Amino acid sequence: MTANTTSAVKPAAAFTRTGGAPSARRKMKSFYPSWFFLPAMVLYVVFFAVPTFASFYFSLTRWSLFNIQFIGFANFVEFFQDPQLVNGFIHTFEYGFVTSAVKVVLGLLFALLLTGPVIGRGYLRAVIFFPVLVSTIGVGIMWKNLLDPFHGMVNAVLGFFHLGQPGWFTDPKLALMTIAGVDIWKGVGIATLIFMAGIVAIPQDYYEAARLDGSGSWQIFRSITLPLVRPAMGTVIILSLIGGLRSFDIIWATTGGGPGFTSDVIASVIYKEYQAGFYGLSTAGNVILFLVVTVIMVPISAFLNRREVDL
Amino acid sequence: MRAERIRARVVGVVAIIATIVVFIIPFLFVVDQAAKTPADAASLAFSWPTKWQFFENLVGVVQYNGGVIFQAFINSAVLTVFSVLITTVFAAMVGYVLQRKPSRWNPVINFFVLAGLIVPPAVVPTIWVLQDLGIFQTMLGMILVEATFGLSFNILLFRAFVATIPKELDEAAVLDGSGPIRMFFSVILPLLRPVLATVIVVQAVVVFNDFAGPLYFLPGQPTVQLTLYQFQGQALSFNNLLFMDILLITIPPLVLYVFFNRQIVAGMTSGAVKG
Repeated sequence: MTANTTSAVKPAAAFTRTGGAPSARRKMKSFYPSWFFLPAMVLYVVFFAVPTFASFYFSLTRWSLFNIQFIGFANFVEFFQDPQLVNGFIHTFEYGFVTSAVKVVLGLLFALLLTGPVIGRGYLRAVIFFPVLVSTIGVGIMWKNLLDPFHGMVNAVLGFFHLGQPGWFTDPKLALMTIAGVDIWKGVGIATLIFMAGIVAIPQDYYEAARLDGSGSWQIFRSITLPLVRPAMGTVIILSLIGGLRSFDIIWATTGGGPGFTSDVIASVIYKEYQAGFYGLSTAGNVILFLVVTVIMVPISAFLNRREVDL
Repeated sequence: MRAERIRARVVGVVAIIATIVVFIIPFLFVVDQAAKTPADAASLAFSWPTKWQFFENLVGVVQYNGGVIFQAFINSAVLTVFSVLITTVFAAMVGYVLQRKPSRWNPVINFFVLAGLIVPPAVVPTIWVLQDLGIFQTMLGMILVEATFGLSFNILLFRAFVATIPKELDEAAVLDGSGPIRMFFSVILPLLRPVLATVIVVQAVVVFNDFAGPLYFLPGQPTVQLTLYQFQGQALSFNNLLFMDILLITIPPLVLYVFFNRQIVAGMTSGAVKG
C-alpha cells in the first residue's frame, strides 16, 4: 500500500520539473493537487485491488473456514468437469449477449419513438424508466407471481386465447431466457435514456439537408442517425454487457439458478459454492468470471473506442 | 404537416396502450396484491380484493418479526448516506484532477478506473480483507465496500462533466489565492451541481437496492432488500405482506427520482454519451 501512495505523489513532482511551458501554465499544472487521488486510491487498493489479486492465489487453494491448502489448478479442473458448473459458464455468455443485444435494439427503438413526433412523451419516458428504480429483488418476485405457470396472470391471459401455458421459470428450457426477459424489462429504460441523449445531440442541419435531398426516413435512419448515434450505442453495449455477464440478483430472486441448474450463471455458482463453504472453488468461479468479462470486454471496448475517435 | 400530426397521435396512442399493458398493469398488480387478504394474495390472480386491507397489511409488515423493517430501513439509510457521501467526494476529486492535469500517469489511472468498472469484485477475498481489518459484518466495512464499488463509474461521470467546465474558472480561483481544497469545495463542487445530483441519486438508488453486497458482506444485519426474504420462505401465506414490503422499499428511490428527474437525465446522458 505504501508503494502505491508514493507513486501517486510522484507525477506531481515530475511535472513541475519538466520546464518549457510558460510559468503561469506550469503553476496551474502543479496547482491541481495529485493527492486528490489518494483517498479514492486507498479504498480502491484495499477493497478492490488487493482482493482481486488475492483471488488468483485463493483460487488455487482448498479453502474452508479453518484451513487453507494449496492444490494447484484442481478447482479449475473441477469447475470444467462438473457439467452443472460448465452449464453456468455457458449460460453466462448466453445471458450476457441476449440481454445486451435486445437492450440495444429496443433501447434504440424506444429512443427513436421518444425523440420523434409523438404524444404523451413525458409519460412514456417516465414509465419506461421507472423499473430501473425498483429493487431488482422486488421486480423478480413480481414477475415470479405474474409468470406463475398455474395461477399467474400472463398464463391466464394466454389460456384465454388458447395460446398454451409455458412454464416460464419452471421449464428448464425457458427459465434462463425468461429471466433475461425480466432483466430487459427492468433495464431497457437506461438504454433508452442514453440513446435519446445520443440522438438529441445530432445536429438538426443534417436532417434538414437530407430531407431537402429527398431522402426517406429509412435512408435518414441508416445514413445519419445510426452512424452518429454510435458513441451512445457503445456506452449501452458496454454497460449492459458488464451488467449482464455478472448478473446475480435477478436470477437469485426468480429461480435461484433452477430448475435444477438450468438457469445458473457463474455469479450464482460463486454464491452457491460460497454458501456451501467451498471458498476456494467459489473464488475460482470469481477468477473465471473475471477472465470471461475481461476477454469479452477488452476487445469490444477497444473496438468501440476506435470507432468513436473516427467520428 | 397534418399527416405528421395524425401519425404522432396514432403512434402515441399505440405506445401508451402498449406501456399500460407491459408496465402499468404489473405495477397495479403489486398494489393489488399488497391490499389483499393472505388467502386472496396467494391465489396470484389480478382480481379486485375480496376485502380491501391495505392499511392492515402495512401495519402487518411494520410489526412483522418484531419490527425488523425499522432496523432494516435505518441500516439501509445509514449505508446509503455514508457510502454515497464518500464515493461522491472521492470520485469528484479524482475526476477533476484526472481531467485537468495532463500527466503520463493518466493512462495508468484511466486503466484502473476502467478495470474497476469492468472487473467483477472477488467475493470471498473481499471478506478475507474485511476480516483481517476487523470490519467484516460491520456497517463501517459495508459502507467502505459500497463506496469503493461506486468509485469507477462516478469518476467517469465526473471526468466527462469537468471537461465541460471552462478552465478559466480554476485560474481565476488560483489568482484569488484560494488553496486547492477551498477551491474544490467552493468553486468546483458548486459547478458540478448538475452531475452531482445525478451521481448522488443514481448511486443512492444502486446502494439502496443492492442485494448481493449486504448478502455477502453484512450477514446477520437486515437491510431493506433482505427483508423481502423473510416472507419468501413462508410459501405463499404471506404474499400480501411480501408485496406491501416491495411497495414500501420502492418509495425512497421513487421520491428521489420524482424530485431529481430532470437532473438525472441531463447528468447521466452528458456523461454517458461522451464516454
